[in-house]
Amino acid sequence: MAKGLFNKTKYITVSKYPLDENIDPLLEEESKPSIPNGMWAKCNKCGEIIYKKDLEDNLMVCPKCKAHVRISALSRIKLIIDEDTFEELDKNLRSSNPLDFPGYNKKLQQSQEDTGIIEAVITGKGNINGNETIIAVMDSFFMMGSMGSVVGEKITRAVEEATKLRLPVIIFTTSGGARMQEGIFSLMQMAKVSAAIARHNEAKLLYITVLTDPTTGGVTASFAMLGDIILSEPGALIGFAGKRVIEQTIKQQLPEEFQKAEFLLKHGFIDKIISRSKLKKTLGDILFLHKEVM
Amino acid sequence: MAFEALNKVITSFKHKELSPSEKRVIARLPERPTALNYIEKIFDSFIEFHGDRAFAEDASIIGGIANFNGRPVTVIGQQKGSSTEEKVKRNFGMPNPEGYRKSLRLMKQAEKFGRPVICFVDTQGAYPGLGAEERGQGEAIAKNLLEMSNLKTPIISIVIGEGGSGGALAMAVADEVWMLEHAVYSILSPEGFATILWKDITRAKEAADVMKITAQDLKRFGIIDRIIKEPVGGAHKNFTKTADSIKKALASALPILINKPTSELIDARYNKYRGMGEFLE
Repeated sequence: MAKGLFNKTKYITVSKYPLDENIDPLLEEESKPSIPNGMWAKCNKCGEIIYKKDLEDNLMVCPKCKAHVRISALSRIKLIIDEDTFEELDKNLRSSNPLDFPGYNKKLQQSQEDTGIIEAVITGKGNINGNETIIAVMDSFFMMGSMGSVVGEKITRAVEEATKLRLPVIIFTTSGGARMQEGIFSLMQMAKVSAAIARHNEAKLLYITVLTDPTTGGVTASFAMLGDIILSEPGALIGFAGKRVIEQTIKQQLPEEFQKAEFLLKHGFIDKIISRSKLKKTLGDILFLHKEVM
Repeated sequence: MAFEALNKVITSFKHKELSPSEKRVIARLPERPTALNYIEKIFDSFIEFHGDRAFAEDASIIGGIANFNGRPVTVIGQQKGSSTEEKVKRNFGMPNPEGYRKSLRLMKQAEKFGRPVICFVDTQGAYPGLGAEERGQGEAIAKNLLEMSNLKTPIISIVIGEGGSGGALAMAVADEVWMLEHAVYSILSPEGFATILWKDITRAKEAADVMKITAQDLKRFGIIDRIIKEPVGGAHKNFTKTADSIKKALASALPILINKPTSELIDARYNKYRGMGEFLE
């Protein structure tokens, strides 16, 4: 994509992959300490050419325009959870192919190879600045974070575990919506997870959602919007219907800021937008303020 | 009209020979009875209530109280409309957030007064509009899912035509979910499905056939609890008979649900959805 941007291309190597597609650069860097795709990356939003190491040191936030680049679930857990406190839950749940949907098994396998994880969400227990919590982190690099039976089941189990242990739940959402290849089973995950959250809620326990880019469709229309406290990263795309579908329905172009975190904040649907660098501290503080008084 | 020609063909078929895409055509026929038709036929003295008490009245969802065999009930339905004029007024049965918020208001009212809730589901999906997004379509649907899973009164939902996506599910988290024999219920319209997965809307028919959207498939999967038979050719061929079948089913199922202790009812509802999903461990 950056080819032809400069005349002297031989002096600089820019990753040919856009920042928010393909493999999470933070992880790639870790598993391959040698030279990655390119030493430089280009910000999708402002076009700035950034030294990759600088981008990583800046938590994958563009130093110039502050765009929050998508990161994987594992990177997210590393950023948020205190070192050596994370215990993963239900690690081995994997998708079957309930509708015998053509090509689905292959697609799953490809995603597993590309991302090194088994499904589009990682759940577990860990501490945030010393505050114990259950956490579920979705991963948009795995089939666009779509929710099938496994994603629904893992999140439901995590929420049930939190209810049992009287712990808060934090869910980081990033999802294109329902997993189409699982049809009606995907749709029912919305009801299943919401029902588990209702029980956690009845037990008067804290539920926080952190909406990250992108959070759409069936995830928005279920657990993403059910947090006692709903936070978001700056600039995250958050919506129910796809922008193109809406444009076709209403026959007009939608403004640039439509369905961005700032748009939702303005319309009263999220509590606060927090930059990635302040997220851990804010979550830790919120958890601390909700500790059950003995 | 193409519909009429197809209708003729369909009438000559035996039910079980209908393909999913043919069922989808029946489910969408303009002459297919709507929620309001059933409500007026099945219940006595239906009194409609309006508005979400926050922003607006949404005519794509109707709701109110009625008498069923001497018992007060709350009735809510997604209303597509029959005439063109009514269809426009009803937004073709595609609710905005206000519609879902109104339905939830009526459900909470039912819970307060100990009335069972009966929902008629018939929508392509929640309306994908600018205002709908501004006013939190996702939040409105999510809130319905959460509250319905825990509503302390019986809920029966009946898919009478199309059950499209989260917009249908928001009125179908219930103790019992039934479908009319030729109704369809799916993650997304086959058009949307074909567009998303194959970037080709013309493959909608093929999508309908692989998506498993029929009452028969969903009953087999344990997603729905009962199929209500339709007359040969579809519900519109003998509306009185179809309405009567629904009425009989309600008369047999409601007393059982009403007599269950609330905690047992809620646990059974939770466990039903808890068990949905297929995976390997």
